[in-house]
Amino acid sequence: MSEIAQLQPGPRMRHGSNIGQPLTRSEGRLKVTGGATYAADNHPDGLLHAVIVPASIARGRVVSLDVAAAKAHPGVVEVMTPENRPPLAMDPYEKSNPLMFRMNLLKDDTVRYAGEPIAVVVAETLEAAKEGAILLAPRYEAERPEVTLDGDVFKPQAVGPGMPAEATKGDVEAALASAAKRVEATYETPPQYHNAMEPHAVVARFDGDKLQLDMPTQGLAMSRMRIAGLFGLKPENIHIRSPFLGGGFGSKGSVSSPEALGILAAKLTGRPVKLVLAREEMFGSVGHRGQTRQTIKLGLDETGALTAFDHLTRAATSRFDDFVEPASGVGQALYKVPALHTSHEAVRIDTGTPSFMRAPGEASGSIAFESAIDEAAFAAGMDPLAFRLKNYADVEPISDKPFSSKALKECYREGAERFGWQDRPLEPRQMRDGSGRLLGWGMGTAIFPALMFQGNARAVIRRDGSGVMEAGGHDMGQGAWTALAQIAADGLGLPMEALEFRSGTSDLPDAGVAGGSTHTATAGNAIYSAGAAVIEKLTALAVGDERSPLFGAGNVGVIARDGRLIRQDDEGVGESYADILERADLDEIEGSGQGAGDPSAQEAYAMYAHGAVFAEVAVDPDLGQMRVNRLVGAFAAGRVINPRMVESQYLGGMIWGLSFALHEKAVHDRRSGRIMNANFGEYHVPVNADLQGMEAILVAEDDPHVNPLGIKGVGEIGITGTGAAIANAVWHATGIRVRRFPIGLADLLG
Amino acid sequence: MNRFDYIRPKNVAEAVAAASEPGSAYLAAGTNLLDLMKGGVSRPERLVDVTHLPGLDRIETLADGAMRIGALVKNSELAYDEAFSARFPAVAEALLSGASAQLRNAATVGGNLLQRTRCAYFYDTASACNKRAPGSGCDAIGGENHGHAVLGWSEHCIATHPSDFCVPLTALGAIVKIEGKDGRRDVPITDFYLLPGDTPDRENVLSPGEMIVGVRLPAEAAGFAANQRYLKVRERTSYAFAVVSAAAALRIEDGTIAEARLALGGVAARPWRAIEAEAALAGAPASRASFEKAAEAAFADARPSGDNAYKIALGKRIVTRALAMAASGTPEVMPALPASPFAPLSEGVIHV
Repeated sequence: MSEIAQLQPGPRMRHGSNIGQPLTRSEGRLKVTGGATYAADNHPDGLLHAVIVPASIARGRVVSLDVAAAKAHPGVVEVMTPENRPPLAMDPYEKSNPLMFRMNLLKDDTVRYAGEPIAVVVAETLEAAKEGAILLAPRYEAERPEVTLDGDVFKPQAVGPGMPAEATKGDVEAALASAAKRVEATYETPPQYHNAMEPHAVVARFDGDKLQLDMPTQGLAMSRMRIAGLFGLKPENIHIRSPFLGGGFGSKGSVSSPEALGILAAKLTGRPVKLVLAREEMFGSVGHRGQTRQTIKLGLDETGALTAFDHLTRAATSRFDDFVEPASGVGQALYKVPALHTSHEAVRIDTGTPSFMRAPGEASGSIAFESAIDEAAFAAGMDPLAFRLKNYADVEPISDKPFSSKALKECYREGAERFGWQDRPLEPRQMRDGSGRLLGWGMGTAIFPALMFQGNARAVIRRDGSGVMEAGGHDMGQGAWTALAQIAADGLGLPMEALEFRSGTSDLPDAGVAGGSTHTATAGNAIYSAGAAVIEKLTALAVGDERSPLFGAGNVGVIARDGRLIRQDDEGVGESYADILERADLDEIEGSGQGAGDPSAQEAYAMYAHGAVFAEVAVDPDLGQMRVNRLVGAFAAGRVINPRMVESQYLGGMIWGLSFALHEKAVHDRRSGRIMNANFGEYHVPVNADLQGMEAILVAEDDPHVNPLGIKGVGEIGITGTGAAIANAVWHATGIRVRRFPIGLADLLG
Repeated sequence: MNRFDYIRPKNVAEAVAAASEPGSAYLAAGTNLLDLMKGGVSRPERLVDVTHLPGLDRIETLADGAMRIGALVKNSELAYDEAFSARFPAVAEALLSGASAQLRNAATVGGNLLQRTRCAYFYDTASACNKRAPGSGCDAIGGENHGHAVLGWSEHCIATHPSDFCVPLTALGAIVKIEGKDGRRDVPITDFYLLPGDTPDRENVLSPGEMIVGVRLPAEAAGFAANQRYLKVRERTSYAFAVVSAAAALRIEDGTIAEARLALGGVAARPWRAIEAEAALAGAPASRASFEKAAEAAFADARPSGDNAYKIALGKRIVTRALAMAASGTPEVMPALPASPFAPLSEGVIHV
């Protein structure tokens, strides 16, 4: 049963019964039976296969390519190099906004990073293309690359997606100088590479000036505009299908060089082309989380109250583009503090450009900052939870704005209770398991901004009473097909079965980028308001028609529920959508809606999702090997559309946090600049045996300000807090504070 | 793709004849070789598929109590063979600590013995590697060598052998059964692998065309069944190669070690039999002091090959622990996390 209270719009609308239900994924069966069509599953007639040829040096130039040898290989159709790459309508280095990344599209013979595409081989089969790539036998003039943070430092203009590089409140220097206790520590985070299960892929087909693309993307509209600009095509002539992504994590937010090269190969050959990255090619030209070195200073008074902090991040960016991991920002909203200073500096190194990787800035910043808070709590002689409660922020420290909602205290309480945090000894190395392994308990506060992009949706009620909702949304595996459809059903006052939900293609209304943990909020509010717009039209038809039993009900209000409009004051009186349209002789009635942030609310309130994560880690005291025994996260993120999906997002985020603390690290050879562990055998992420005792608690929170539906994001917050909770637990187990992540067993041998 | 001949011989003699041609490689499950071919690390001109050869898939108990395992027996079949795991529990434990369930279901006994190193510079065809391209140099030296060898390495190669299975086989004195053009021969596994010296591309004693047809565990090795363990320390709980591992097997009589067997994994180009440590243990009490002394003996000749001195300290602790675990008795039931430091431990095994 679903319903919508019509004619009472506003921030506190009643909601139907689809929202809030733990429905399973509507596409789940397709996925587990192989029926879900991912981009690389498309094989149009005449398809050619393309592979990129990645540079094996990190800096220098390509001296020669044996194009003749590659082309002579049976099956090879074409080799695309800077010599014959089709012209583009715009310079791929042109940037009109910080969400655009410079692309390496065979501009010249310069090599800017290991793995940069230096050619594309196109062949009748994938195998022929790969052999052609080997036969190209590139020769280089190599220069010594820089891949560490020890090079020349500069002050970036902006960090992350155009955020200020520096922020100040109060006199930090004076406050630190007069602090009763000071904690200063430097933390290092490594380069990490997004590795969605589905690598980047494109199947491109030109038909005259029309371009058909099968390509996973987190931003259908943004990708379409980028490709339109690059290729000089009208956006409406580009059709992108992206019904399912096998993960995105930020790396599929904007079009990367390999996808554009696949399209160029289709243009060059005049045939459909498929280009799918090999796993090792994911470590290069499709973004990554840049390495950081973060220095944090905290000042405390005699009571353990924070008096000031300074957070300086040094981050890596590429030689040719700017993306600085905005790690210093995380403390701006966490704890009550009268003086704070956050700043960034950057070093250019010979890698691909870093980019948005799940919780960009927050993940790197949180593991460092929440480790420093743990160090401060110990310096103050306080329990880490008591210390956090002592310094609880009732307003946003950087702005003094009230929070739109903040159920963090409830998160602390519910998480601590579930975990059993009480009786934790303050001193490290106090607890053992039955076999004598060291045990440690650690915690971290989770936080992620509640952002909104702009999104649109179109809704239709058809003459048979069924409904259609169209929204160009993105299902990255997080469950958008399901959660957005739940909102759509409630928005239209229909049961799920009577709703046709259309998503995942670029010809639908732009429902906003699936990034920044905004998708359900942005697309969901657009969808809900599109539904409301249709119901409003339908209501006007009924209440203004004397043949309708609802005639004149406009003053008392009408409810849309289960495909019917009914009088609010007498639910026995009503009529079906089908009857209303039949009498009006309309085939369908449509409406559109938008989801976007409310600038006045955003001006008045600080908007964040919050959480608390508690970890128990066991450490072998002789051998240093670690295992997380238990991981409990409690999160408050406004209205929950589908608790099953939300729990899965929290758990997934927490696994990323565990990975950050203990596993993930791209290892560069410092001489060649190449990544030496560009595969899943050696680039470790947790396996199932590393994940036990995990629990995510959904803490109730009602937010009247973030957006009409009260939705905050859940996709990224799970990483924050978790990494530090584990690092803090390792310290509590061993007494060894490791400040370079990931923590390895060699760090704990003592 | 790189074109190669694919040959499916009907029997061992045909296989040996086919593989005696230069440029040939035997293909069993291919869990390592196919990856190497995809990466251009290995480019054989002919693959001799041995997976259909008859008679090589048996696990047999011989009259004297020895066991003979065919080269094509799958890792998981062997690990779950009750007669085998009862006699050689540390071998089963090592098998189950390796790779993933899927890989263990495919990978063969012979293939496991012949798997190549996981040195990243061997896999990276743009790097110098004397093992992959003799004479080209060794970029692992001076490179990222956190996981490289601390025993038996040379200035030409610091790679390690990655097998778990071969470590207890080495401790227990397994015999590698080989067939070639000139007939059959048996080679003790301790003599099967070659140290790198100045020919790191020569990894074992097999002549061109020779194939492993089986492995034999001698009857006397079963005498250690009551006190043997494999311990594997790694950077995640499962699906990772050993940083350092050890197989320890003891014969204890009245609290005294009558005989000890010890081998190390992840420390050298071959599974490393620690003969001096075994000698130090013989006749000693089964005590922590004896185990620590043996650990010192096992690593007496160790030296870091780069950024890996920690492996020597860690290796000693692993030996001490593995011996203590073996002394406390083979568990009745295979732990859910075989060979893991997080498998159940008897009281007192952790000492710190």
